[in-house]
Amino acid sequence: METIEPRSNLHKLFQAGVFVVTSEVGPPKSGDAAVIHKKAKLLKDASDAANITDNQTAIVRMSSIAAASMTVQDGFEPVIQVTCRDRNRIAIQSDLLGAYALGVRNVLCLTGDHMRWGNHPQARKVYDLDSINLISIVRGMDAGKFQNGEEIKPAPKFFVGGVENPFAPPYEFRPFRLKKKAEAGAQFIQTQMIFNVDRFKEFMKQVVDLGLHEKMYILAGVGPLKSPGMARYMRDSVAGMEVSPEWVTRMEKTPKEKWKDEGINVCVEIIQRMREIPGIAGVHIMSIEWEEAVPTIVERAGLLPRPKADQLSAPQPAPAGAVAG
Amino acid sequence: MKWFEFGPIAWARDFLNTHPKAEKFLDVIGLPAEAVVKKTIFGCQSCGQCLLHENGMTCPMRCPKNSRNGPCGGVRANGHCEVYPERWCVWYRAYYRSQTMPLLPGEWRKDMFRVHPAVNWELINTSSLLNELTGRAHGVSPQKPDEKKLAAEKKPAAGDAAKK
Ligand code: SF4
Repeated sequence: METIEPRSNLHKLFQAGVFVVTSEVGPPKSGDAAVIHKKAKLLKDASDAANITDNQTAIVRMSSIAAASMTVQDGFEPVIQVTCRDRNRIAIQSDLLGAYALGVRNVLCLTGDHMRWGNHPQARKVYDLDSINLISIVRGMDAGKFQNGEEIKPAPKFFVGGVENPFAPPYEFRPFRLKKKAEAGAQFIQTQMIFNVDRFKEFMKQVVDLGLHEKMYILAGVGPLKSPGMARYMRDSVAGMEVSPEWVTRMEKTPKEKWKDEGINVCVEIIQRMREIPGIAGVHIMSIEWEEAVPTIVERAGLLPRPKADQLSAPQPAPAGAVAG
Repeated sequence: MKWFEFGPIAWARDFLNTHPKAEKFLDVIGLPAEAVVKKTIFGCQSCGQCLLHENGMTCPMRCPKNSRNGPCGGVRANGHCEVYPERWCVWYRAYYRSQTMPLLPGEWRKDMFRVHPAVNWELINTSSLLNELTGRAHGVSPQKPDEKKLAAEKKPAAGDAAKK
């Protein structure tokens, strides 16, 4: 792993070798700030940072950067998602500068869901960049250069991440795509929600063989199931998701009153299995519009209390003039 | 780009780089010819920086997300695209095609695993063969014949003015 001065509190935790927990805050479909503050309060003590989604599934929501600046006020570290769907390289770079000024230090680079399945299918797509280009641009900005080579002074120092989905074909290529992200400069990776542990283990074996777990911190994506119907829907209708029959039957056998409880147990069990896989640096809990479940999951998984970055002794004392945190 | 260093090709390259009109002329002839062939066979989108040979002769610009670096996370289990379920994911095909293409220099198969830079949209709707020859596709910009000399003469003057 590169030993660089930490870019953010999240980065500090990774460097200290903590098993990190991140969660997700979906901004509201309105301008209601209270929603963000409420979610931040819920998740603050249960996780180390939260992804602020950027118009996920191409449905219009509050801007991720605006929402992130609110969680910064609440003292909760945001990871802003940046997608290439709606903005070209000019807008993205300008937004990143603004986000940095507002105290955002973590960026997650995504290609972004296509608008065809969103709520504005008539919109024009942008896709000026793809996620790997975006990662290299953010890393370039970190090194003090815009995409065109012009200098930025002082450079915005971001902790840059990407995503990977081990459950979409071509399966053999997925570890190599992750390698491309490492080459582009990604520092952490969050994976798609895992409901097929065997396939994930296989994937991680290849990743470890390629030595990628030493270049990036890999967070396994997990999430609670709400009902057997949700499990079946994910298995059959969500592109790029796999749910093993094991979990579906388990949910189906549970009586209706206990669905949510059992869903949380499934999630906890998957987290336990993730902890045994070599190369995993933490988990990313995606509770789709069900933030109340996260504290319970983290508690049952035995990951509470969360360590605070400022109480850790950083392995590398930051040099003078550092802008971390 | 070793082959660019051979005599006549290097000469042609330098000539085109210093004669914008000649380049323009070749582009006007070359683009339709190239587009017709590549469009009918490969569904070319005339990006002007061709990656066909690196992707098993599959045009990555046909991906609804314009991805140049491999499949997105939404590829369906049957290898179809997440956005248009009735179509193949271009990257799914590109991967398997590139790895099974016969009689190719090994280099081309490896290109599937290399990080490709962001698309240069300035080159859209120009001939990519010509861009390859002139080096435009790799970031070489055209030069006027005496540009270097002029720049050398101008610079000190501008610097002086700024100081004063
Ligand atoms: S599934 Fe394939 S073709 Fe469709 S958007 Fe994703 S990468 Fe592009």
